[in-house]
Amino acid sequence: MLAHAIFFYFFSFIAIVSAIMVTVSKNTVHSVFFLILDFISISCLFIMIGAEFLGMIMLIVYVGAVAVLFLFVVMMLNVAQQKNQWFKSSETSTHIPVGLIVSLIIFFELIIVIGGWKYKPDIIKNFSDSLISNSTNTHTIGSVLYTEYIHLFQISGMILLVAMIGAIVLTFRKREGVKRQNYFSQISREKNQGVELVEVKSNEGVKIDV
Amino acid sequence: MEYIVLLFSEIYKILYVLIPVLVSVAMIVWLDRRIWAFVQKRRGPNVVGPFGLFQTLADALKYIFKEIIIPASSNKIIFILAPIVTMTLALIAWAVIPFSEDYVLADINVGILYIFAISSLGVYGIIMGGWASNSKYPFLGSIRSAAQMVSYEVSIGVIIINVLLCVGSLNLKDIVLAQEKIWFVIPLFPMFVIFFISSLAETNRPPFDLPEAEAELVAGYQTEYSGMMYAMFWLGEYANILLMCALGSILFLGGWLAPMDIPLFDIVPPPVWLILKILFLFVLFALIKAIVPRYRYDQLMRLGWKVFLPFSLIWVVLTSGYLLYFDLLPVY
Repeated sequence: MLAHAIFFYFFSFIAIVSAIMVTVSKNTVHSVFFLILDFISISCLFIMIGAEFLGMIMLIVYVGAVAVLFLFVVMMLNVAQQKNQWFKSSETSTHIPVGLIVSLIIFFELIIVIGGWKYKPDIIKNFSDSLISNSTNTHTIGSVLYTEYIHLFQISGMILLVAMIGAIVLTFRKREGVKRQNYFSQISREKNQGVELVEVKSNEGVKIDV
Repeated sequence: MEYIVLLFSEIYKILYVLIPVLVSVAMIVWLDRRIWAFVQKRRGPNVVGPFGLFQTLADALKYIFKEIIIPASSNKIIFILAPIVTMTLALIAWAVIPFSEDYVLADINVGILYIFAISSLGVYGIIMGGWASNSKYPFLGSIRSAAQMVSYEVSIGVIIINVLLCVGSLNLKDIVLAQEKIWFVIPLFPMFVIFFISSLAETNRPPFDLPEAEAELVAGYQTEYSGMMYAMFWLGEYANILLMCALGSILFLGGWLAPMDIPLFDIVPPPVWLILKILFLFVLFALIKAIVPRYRYDQLMRLGWKVFLPFSLIWVVLTSGYLLYFDLLPVY
């Protein structure tokens, strides 16, 4: 148990410190790297409480895909200088009250959830009756997700699909005069379509239209 | 006291896996160069040691004694961290590879997800190196490589789902044991081909080596690196290639299992079969490096998103439909 406690405090210390560093560090790229460190230590905590499937999915989705896109955006847009200006103008700007409201709402939601565990323990019991079995937690998640919660699962999939289509529509624009490669017509081209014999008269040349 | 004993026995087990992997990385670099040379009717490295076997060791010695140059305008911490991240991630994935039924370092339930997660983290070494160098070629190379690796990971994930549908478990040992009757390469042959090509793209091997395309980008994300730091990138890359070969042989070629259930084959210890399969896949990797020209970048993206991803998704539907119709779904 001692090793368990040491590892727990180790990972949670890294998680909290890197979460603070995300907001404090001046270079935005460093912020993203601290965010990645935070994700990794949180997924280690997931693995420690025995939810290895959640931990691995967290690594694959957040660290392997989402954070890579964050890094992309931050590196391409060069937000590093802009952030410093925001720091300087923070006394006059209006984003601090908005941020405070959002964090307060999240804080109260967390209190409601944890208070629910504390004062109404039978709520979790209803959920966990079907979960307690000898199978691994991957099997348990699979068996619950696709039977009892299938509608919620499908709705969240639909929301993601709509968001994806929206992102594609927003960035898609038709440009005129772009030559695209058509593989089928390229491969199926015959000799008589591609080659032409032209008799060239002397001193006049020949006009080639492209 | 018992913690210390436990610690040392774990370290011993780790070294028991790690040292063979590192040695075989050195050998595989030599093999790669030899095959490349034979295809082009050259001799290849043949001077140091018998058949030039110690060429990689000589190269490594040379790299160790070279000066490490850190560009003045680079971000120094991330610049130094990048090769370390690449190397570490390439090596820790070997923890879950089963060499035989009881020769595996960590027999975890979500082994295949672990490997998938670690290989998706592999992008960071390259992005960090490219960004921290603070120079144009490395930056372009790292952006190319990140886009490429993220795209091909998607199709690899879908292919893995195909295999998992037939197995019913995420444990790598169970995946191998499920292939006792028939290797998955036979029923899922198109998936094996796509997995092989995707793993070429995932490890930045030719014909998909656009991140380090020397004609356009000098050496891509490695341009500013020198000495031992460059060698670490290089070792990490080859360890990743070896890992993808191992994953391919575990998912499709039956891991440590012998090709047929003949008593004669039982004489050969199981890890040898796995090593032979890894070598077979690696020879294919090396041959492809020698004979296929480099892809154009838009063709690479088209292949990943418009060909491989829809095809493997359709194959998931086919596999699950077949398993459901013939009532073959593995239910635990």
